[in-house]
Order: sequence, then C-alpha cells, then structure tokens
Amino acid sequence: MRKMLSLWKESLRMSLTNIWSSKMRSFLTVLGIVIGVTAIIALVTIMQSATSEVTAQFTAMGTGRLVVNAPGTALKTGLTLDDLTTIENIPNVEGISPSVSTTATAKSDTAWVEDVTVDGYNEVYFKRNPELVDRGRALSRLDIQSKNRVILLDTTAQKQLFFGADPMGKTVTIQGQVFTVVGVLSDADSSDVLAQAQNQDTDGGRVIVPYSVLMTLTGVRNISSLSVYVTDTVYTQQVQDSLETALKSAFNYKDNSYRIINMESLLDTMDTMLSLMTMLLVGIASIALLVGGIGIMNMMLVTVSERTTEIGLRKALGAEPGQIQLQFLIESIILSLSGGIIGIILGLTVSYLFSVVADLGFVVSGSAIALGVGFSAAVGIAFGWAPARKASTLNPIDALRSV
Amino acid sequence: MTNDFFRMTGIVKRYQMGDDLQTVLKGIDLEVQEGEFLSVLGPSGSGKSTLMNIVGCLDTPTEGTYILRGRDVAKLDAKQLAAIRNREIGFVFQSFQLLPRLDALRNVELPLIYGGMSERDRLERAEEMLVRVGLKEKLHHRPNQLSGGQQQRVAIARALANNPSILLADEPTGALDQATGKQVMELFSQISAEGRTIIMITHDLAIARHARRIVHILDGMLQEGEANHFAQDA
Repeated sequence: MRKMLSLWKESLRMSLTNIWSSKMRSFLTVLGIVIGVTAIIALVTIMQSATSEVTAQFTAMGTGRLVVNAPGTALKTGLTLDDLTTIENIPNVEGISPSVSTTATAKSDTAWVEDVTVDGYNEVYFKRNPELVDRGRALSRLDIQSKNRVILLDTTAQKQLFFGADPMGKTVTIQGQVFTVVGVLSDADSSDVLAQAQNQDTDGGRVIVPYSVLMTLTGVRNISSLSVYVTDTVYTQQVQDSLETALKSAFNYKDNSYRIINMESLLDTMDTMLSLMTMLLVGIASIALLVGGIGIMNMMLVTVSERTTEIGLRKALGAEPGQIQLQFLIESIILSLSGGIIGIILGLTVSYLFSVVADLGFVVSGSAIALGVGFSAAVGIAFGWAPARKASTLNPIDALRSV
Repeated sequence: MTNDFFRMTGIVKRYQMGDDLQTVLKGIDLEVQEGEFLSVLGPSGSGKSTLMNIVGCLDTPTEGTYILRGRDVAKLDAKQLAAIRNREIGFVFQSFQLLPRLDALRNVELPLIYGGMSERDRLERAEEMLVRVGLKEKLHHRPNQLSGGQQQRVAIARALANNPSILLADEPTGALDQATGKQVMELFSQISAEGRTIIMITHDLAIARHARRIVHILDGMLQEGEANHFAQDA
C-alpha cells in the first residue's frame, strides 16, 4: 500500500518535472483540450443561463393558465355562455377570459381607418394583465354584463384615428355602433406572447371592447377561444382534467372539437428542446476534444520514443512494466487535466462576458465544471493508454542500446 | 560442490535475425562465488553483451539454467525479473545512464523507489551512498554539472543503493579518460574489498586485470584464465 502510494507520488513528481521542462511543447499539446473544454463549458453555461431566463419569462407570462381553443363541431361552433358558466364553476378556477376577435373598419370624427383588429375581452383579462392599460380605465364586470359600448385603443389606432389628440371621452364608430374611448393601451403589451402570435399585426392597430358587445356586433353566438385561470399552479392538472370533462360533454365527445394548451407543458417542451440543443452543441464541441486527445496521444508517443533510454534504465533498476505504464499514464492525465482546468477558467470567462453583453443571468454550473474535468481526464486516460502501454512493453535491452 | 549463489549451466541464446537463427551464446557454464571480483573479457561481437543481459536478468536464455541466490532466473516472468533486478543486481553502464533532469540525490534514489522505501529513508540512504563514493559536496548537482568520473560515481552509488548481491558493470571506464578510469577502478577495488561480488564486462585487458579472476568470452564460448591472444586486443 505504502509502496503504491509512494510510486504514485514519484510518478506525479516525475510527470510534472517532464512537463515543466518542455513547457512550450506541453502547452501546444494541451491547446486542443483547452479549446474543446472551453467550448463545452461556455456552451453549457450560456445555454443554462438562457434556459433559466426563458423559463422565468414563461413563468411570468402564463403559469396557472390554460388556453382553450374550441372550434367545436359543425352543429355547435364554439362554447355557449352556459358552457362558460359551467367552466367558471369548476373548482379552483379563479376566472375565465373569453376572447373574440375580428377585423373591422373604425371611424372617428376626423378619420376613417380600415383593418383595425377588434378584440373582445372581459375584466378578468385586464386583471391578469395589469400593465395593459396605459391611461384611463380597464373594462369592468359591469361593462361586460350591461354591454356598455366602451373601447380602449392602442397607440397605433390612437394615432390613426385622432392624430395625437387626446382620445379620452371621444367616440369611435365601428359597424354603425358608437363606442366611447375609456382608455389607452400601453405599448409594452409583451406580457401575452400567445395573444401576439394569434393576432397578426394589422395596419390599423388594435382596439379592445367588451366581448359581449363584440359578440352581438359580429353575430357570433359561441366563444371559440378562452383562457382559464387557476387559483394556484398546484391545481393546474386537476383543473385541466375537469375542463376536459366539461368540454367533452359540451361537444358531445366529438374528436378534434377542442384543444387545451397548458402553459406549463409548453414550458416543459421548451426545456426539452433547449437541453436537446445543448447536447447537440456539446456534441459538436466534443470533436475539438477528440482532436485534442489525438494531439496528446501524439505528444506521448514522441515522449516515449524520446525517453526510450530512460525507460530502459528504469526497467534495469527494477521498474515493473505496470509501474512504467502508470508513470506515462499519469503524465498524459496531468497534461489533459491541466488543459481541462485552463479550459474551465476560459470557458467560464467567456460565458461571463457573454452574459454581461447579452444581459443574461450568469450561473456557474457545477455540472459543467464536473463535465470539463471528467471529459479531460477521460481523454487523458483514453489517449494516453496506448503510448503508456507501448512504453511498458519496451524491451529494456533495446531501450538501453538506443544510446 | 554446488554453488547456489551464482551458477550458470549450459546457457544458450539464439536470436532470429531475418531468416537466420543465430546462436550468440553456445553453452556457457559459469560459477561465481560470493565476494568474487570477476572480469569477463572479450572483443565486440563475442556475445559478452548478451551474456551481461542474461546475468543482469534483462533477458532470459533460450536454454540452460541460471541460479541466482537459489532461484532459477531463467523461469521467471517480467514482473519477477524486475524484482530480481531491483534487489539483486546493481547496474553500472558505460554511458552512466543518469536521468538529466534529476540531481545526483534523486538519481541515486531511483532504485529505492521501485524497492518501496519511504521517501525519508530513500533520501537518507541515497546521501549515504553519495558520501561513500566521495560526492558529499555534489548532492544537488545535475549530471551536466558533473564531470564524467563524477557521473560514473553517481551511477555506482545508484547501483549500490539497494544493497544488491552483484554489482554488474558494463565497460565502466569506456567513456572516461585514463586517469579518471583508474580512479573509478580503484573505487571498484575498494567495493570488492568490502566483500561485494562484482562482475565486470570489458574488452580492455588492462581494466580486466583489476579483477582477481578473468574469464574470456569468444564466439559465444567461455574460457577460464588469461589467454595470450587476448593480450593483443588490450
């Protein structure tokens, strides 16, 4: 035991002496490993930062929310108001927000604008998106119930309809109905990515009216799109199951009559995609590591032939083949490990700089460091094995004669 | 009388050289008593290097038995041979064979590492050996800071470090000038006087004469005594 230990120690000391005495060559040899590990560490760290960033954004945007798309069947295109009441009464549902959308021509006293996106929502939607209203007020429950003809404009619609004049209290006519402007929407409507994706940007801008009013206006009797908000995210699955049951019975168990999008499962999908991408990138970076490993192998083979006499002498002095092999193996592991450590430092530096530039959070990941250390040690063993084996099988006579 | 310290009987060594099977040693019988100082004298190509490799357990014979301290070395595997070389044989080479990156002390320490001694004991022992060969002042000099004679002294200290049964020297003065060579030979005589067995291989009769017994090797065969026709080689 003590013999083994002292042998390890000696091999370690010898390796360091040898590596140090040819610094330049050793450095160039480990450069491949340095580049490979740097790439892997930087990629993993950056991807992890990006993942946590995306996750945070998704969480802010829509956990505890189920989006229902219900085109319905040929006989029943969408959900009736009774269905909505049923859904609203599912346990742990905090509120539902139906949405109706159409494109129409809007008219003010001074202008005529075509292609305005008219969205119908209820008060729950505004409660859930508090930053939506820039000036004025949001829609209230009363607006919905008594079908008040009130309207909120976004900045584009405001500009086109009122040319910068204060629109508050003024009127807008849509399909013969007169609406009173009660508020202006903020530009920072990025909180609802999904809504943005659904509504194509129209030139005329976007306005919001009570959905009940819009239903009357367009003659739509059924709702085909709504958001269901859950009181707490722990109930999401349970609510989704109840919702499923409710929708099935509403559409008589027809296939493809509805679709429920769970923001959390969307998040899971996103996570899976990001980690797949990380794996792919790490795989590509591993090629650099492979090339680095070949460099180490080459250097070790050169070292073995350069030190043939030394190997012969050590054998003459009583070194067993295994001990010679150990010494060269340790040397190659030290080489590639030192490359790995330099790579870890460089990789973390690169990803830190990236996080500063891209304004992402910087997370030092323990698994990335373990990956770097593990990879480089593995490369040292894998590519040092053959040269070390070659050294150990050298015939001491031939080795000593080569002087 | 049989001798279990060192006895070679019918040693034959053949090498495959291309298509030829060459017989380098053709039945060597040799006995060495403990404490003897023996020279093996022979010209190049006589098989003396091959004989030295077999004596030094660097190589095994094709045929024959070689008993060293009661064990038949011809039957041992690589690992066992390594252990024998470590404990029983101290090598001194013509070109010293010191590791250039290590100082004198670390060079002498080498065989002790493979012997499994603790570092403190190793350095103590190595220093003791270097003092003994008269290099007390040169413990931390590297080989390139030492003269040829000093380097060979370091090599001798290294050979003696593990207290081997046999000191095996291959042309120990071959790379030295005459005066230095003489000093090294005096050191050998001293070591012999202390009772250590020495086997020295050389082609130089003047050097061989430092030994108390000389055997000749010619064309793979041994011959006892100082034959006249070798004198011309000297």
